[in-house]
Amino acid sequence: MKILVAIKPVPNPDEKVKIRPDGSGINLDNIKMVINPFCEIAVEEALRIKEKQGGEVAVLTVGPREGEQQVRTALAMGADRAILVEADKGLDCLAVAKYMAKIVEQEKPDLVLMGKQAVDDDNNQVGQILAALLSWPQATFASKVEFLEGNGKARVGRETDGGIETIEVTLPCVVTTDLRLNEPRYASLPGIMKAKKKEMKVVPAASLGVDAAPKVRLLSLAPPKERAGGRKVADVAELVAKLKNEAKVL
Amino acid sequence: MADILVVAEHQEGVFRKTTLATITAAKAYAGLAGGEVDALVLGDNAGAVADTVAACGVRKVLLGEGAAFAKYLAVTHAPAVAGVVKEKGYGAVFAPASTFGKDFMPRLSGLLDAPLASDIVGLSMDGDKLRVRRPMYAGNAIATVEMSGSPLLFTVRQTAFDPAPAAGAKAPVEKVSVSAEAGGSAFVSRQETKSERPELTDATVIVSAGRGIKAQENFKMVEELADLFHAAIGASRAAVDAGWAPNDWQVGQTGKIVAPELYIALGISGAIQHLAGMKDSKVIVAINKDEEAPIFQVADYGLVADLFKAVPEMISEIKKLKSA
Repeated sequence: MKILVAIKPVPNPDEKVKIRPDGSGINLDNIKMVINPFCEIAVEEALRIKEKQGGEVAVLTVGPREGEQQVRTALAMGADRAILVEADKGLDCLAVAKYMAKIVEQEKPDLVLMGKQAVDDDNNQVGQILAALLSWPQATFASKVEFLEGNGKARVGRETDGGIETIEVTLPCVVTTDLRLNEPRYASLPGIMKAKKKEMKVVPAASLGVDAAPKVRLLSLAPPKERAGGRKVADVAELVAKLKNEAKVL
Repeated sequence: MADILVVAEHQEGVFRKTTLATITAAKAYAGLAGGEVDALVLGDNAGAVADTVAACGVRKVLLGEGAAFAKYLAVTHAPAVAGVVKEKGYGAVFAPASTFGKDFMPRLSGLLDAPLASDIVGLSMDGDKLRVRRPMYAGNAIATVEMSGSPLLFTVRQTAFDPAPAAGAKAPVEKVSVSAEAGGSAFVSRQETKSERPELTDATVIVSAGRGIKAQENFKMVEELADLFHAAIGASRAAVDAGWAPNDWQVGQTGKIVAPELYIALGISGAIQHLAGMKDSKVIVAINKDEEAPIFQVADYGLVADLFKAVPEMISEIKKLKSA
């Protein structure tokens, strides 16, 4: 199976976000960039499918050249080659999906895998938009992906608000990955060495003939309302008394 | 002035309350930009849902029925909504930011080449320009965004808008013709988590447990405490990953976003991703034996204690109070 995995570099989600004083964005000084955790799960899934069925895993990212580093990480995990669509920062989801659609048209994969959302913008849009642009079926929030032999379909368990829903989608299709699909592997040292020699094609965004003018534009960032938390109680008796008399929730 | 469409959520004919906050957000938009709010119900034999929605203060309810809509699928919903939007000329479309809205709304965005703001928490005007607020970075930043194009699409964070109250008069229900092809997708099954408890996103009180609960059988204690409040039960990622709680109990950035009157966190350290899902709760209680746990920074009442001692004690104290 030929699989295209889309990934996005994001600031390390375990570090606290610092908003620039002018609200123009977040302060990325000394913040490590990593593969978006959901995209990492997508890479892992692609590798597992390839290990079972054979085929090829190509990695795709759309954004500034610096993303090369996270793409190399995906190659070190075991992906075969990579495509970096070099574009400005600040693209909206529609623009990203349009660039991806162009690459999909060239590459003709059987399956596009990507994370359900990037943990920086928290949009949860690109996979679904891409599926619409390609007129492909979609299976979002995947917690299980299976292929029934010879029938050209994927059977996908989806994490929904009311439990796990299973749908069948005909290939080619777009699958977006949820948290519990798998545990991504670490890149091995030989993997890292090999990754240096793997093909990385850089495609200038302008060469793809896409109207990428943003329809959703970020104007500013502000911190959320702070909670006045931090009060402690000495014991259960005080806690229950406070809940009854002060918070009045009992 | 172009009108506004709310896509109502239901599961095979069972109305979901996520629709109510969505109507409120749509009305807030109408107050700023003008237009009337209609609702669309797609389904098979979904007349009862349409009647429910008709009593929630919309101008009218459009009911699109057909066997293709018996089970929700993004591939049938997105084009059907697109058809209605184009035919009637709606200028804005609202849906809940639930796994329903998050699934088909971006697909609609792709079909219509229209901007979508996900998970919105506020709307305002700057002069004659609409400003939309939405959380980013697990809720650690609130972004203000500007949208251009038409129609404007929104998914609504349920905890950020009050549920629409029942209206005095019932709005008319108008049948619309919708067609859809399943386009290579088929529903297979749903494995529901059955429970007598309220849904996490609707509950007034939530009792939630994390790594500190140590084992699945200890959830009995959590349940016993929850029973006293008729509370829903939640879990942190650690507890779900350990297999002690089902996936749809997870509260956090990528799980459920909740804002109950009372949130009791048991043995939850309070990772950024968990806080993202619950820090808008009215009152937060945290019990954890690690006094450095970040959960205490957001807790109104923090108790540094062994939860296996504190929780049974709490249960008996509350029982005493209730019987007094």
